[in-house]
Amino acid sequence: MSGVHAHALHYHGHSPVHRLASEVKIVAMFAFVAAVIATPTREVWAFGALAAILAVAVGLAELPTAFFLKRLSIELPFVIFALAMPFVGVGPYVEVGSLSLSVPGLWGAWNVLAKATLSVGASVVLSATTEVPDILAGFDRLRAPRLLTAIAGFMIRYLEVVVSELGRVRTAIAARLGNLSRRQEAATLASVAGTMFIRAYERGERIHQAMLARGYRGTIPPAATPALPARWAGTVAWIAASWVVAAAAILTS
Amino acid sequence: MTALLEVEDLAYTYPDGTRALMGVSFSVAEGERVALLGPNGAGKTTLLLALIGIVEAQSGEVRVGGVTLEPETYPEVRRRIGVVFQDPDDQLFMPTVWRDVAFGPANLGLPAEEVESRTKEALAAVGMEEQADRAPHHLSGGEARRAAIATVLSMRPDVLVLDEPTSNLDPVGQRELAELLETLDTTQLIVTHDLPLALRLCPRSIVLNGGRVAADGPTAELLSDAALMAANRLELPYGFDPGTIAGR
Repeated sequence: MSGVHAHALHYHGHSPVHRLASEVKIVAMFAFVAAVIATPTREVWAFGALAAILAVAVGLAELPTAFFLKRLSIELPFVIFALAMPFVGVGPYVEVGSLSLSVPGLWGAWNVLAKATLSVGASVVLSATTEVPDILAGFDRLRAPRLLTAIAGFMIRYLEVVVSELGRVRTAIAARLGNLSRRQEAATLASVAGTMFIRAYERGERIHQAMLARGYRGTIPPAATPALPARWAGTVAWIAASWVVAAAAILTS
Repeated sequence: MTALLEVEDLAYTYPDGTRALMGVSFSVAEGERVALLGPNGAGKTTLLLALIGIVEAQSGEVRVGGVTLEPETYPEVRRRIGVVFQDPDDQLFMPTVWRDVAFGPANLGLPAEEVESRTKEALAAVGMEEQADRAPHHLSGGEARRAAIATVLSMRPDVLVLDEPTSNLDPVGQRELAELLETLDTTQLIVTHDLPLALRLCPRSIVLNGGRVAADGPTAELLSDAALMAANRLELPYGFDPGTIAGR
């Protein structure tokens, strides 16, 4: 158990980006990602410009570089996928040392790497400067379907509950069973999955009862009005910069 | 005293044939604080769910403030009878404490300012204003319990029904919770295994066993009746003598 600012992705701070209403940051993130995706792969300069624009956001958010890079590591699975592409792609090939690499594969790898890194970077800025409930409330204020934000809210709320339950079940198993064969271990894990499913199902029923008891009739009440200023002007300028870069790259390609 | 909550001959059999309630009758007057005692499997939780129609009793009647429980009055009865469930993880399902406390009033269709003032009032009543923006999983056990009570207080219930309010709390947490319940002047029905708590808070207790009311009377008297206690699998903590303690 820890304090108020305790979700793993959040970086506590009071920067201008932290103090921006969450819906503005959500719009900015999606708009930036759209610009990144629209940028043609071979316009390498444009990705440099987009990276600079992202760096401005990271700077304004006062996120330490080390923290930012560490959070970026979430894209590692994509990186591994990208690194494989030059080896499995079709011709023409280019010789690098003793390796024969596919040229389309290299561009494909660059495409995945550059776009994933920039997009993940933008989402790191959002998640590092915004508490989870604020992100959900922001989606609410953007008129995202209430059902979806409610489901996301429940998921986040109960993930921790279910994970701690799983932890207790595993401890109980470990306490009673010493050295298991692989087969026994697999069988035990399978039964744990079943147990966890039943427990989660029962909890769902109890939560539903608790909701009914407080007058739930099929709709989740919306989040309250934002406590933070929207300040669209600066954000729109930032978004516009990324779109100008993307447009220029499309025109020159 | 006028009866605020009246339960008459309530009976419920689960679909699998288990007879959980076999004609339960009692009434609670306005301003009373009553303990509902009984061993595991006595039907306490079923009774609590039947009071608000989540479990639909096959026969019998529940009335609260003159409103009779039936499908058309579920919303009204659920506003009047505020149930605090045993596990705060079940009770607190919204992303923040504030939104959880506002959930009930918002469902009542109240205007936004009214929802806000009730939420503030309920949080203040349990001393949780500071934690309003926290996520439920960042609360301590005692805080979560207080937040759970606030989620119901914000609906301004006639009767507060609490299921095992002190379970999983350490002794200090238990005492603090008892002190909080003492400060609330809402009529209370407290389902509990914690007999010292019942003696401390509730002048009157109802003993439920095997789906029937086995006893209904002054808490101090019931807890001193060794035969009654043994017959209903009730047991005081080691060394606890209700005769030496000033009950209420």
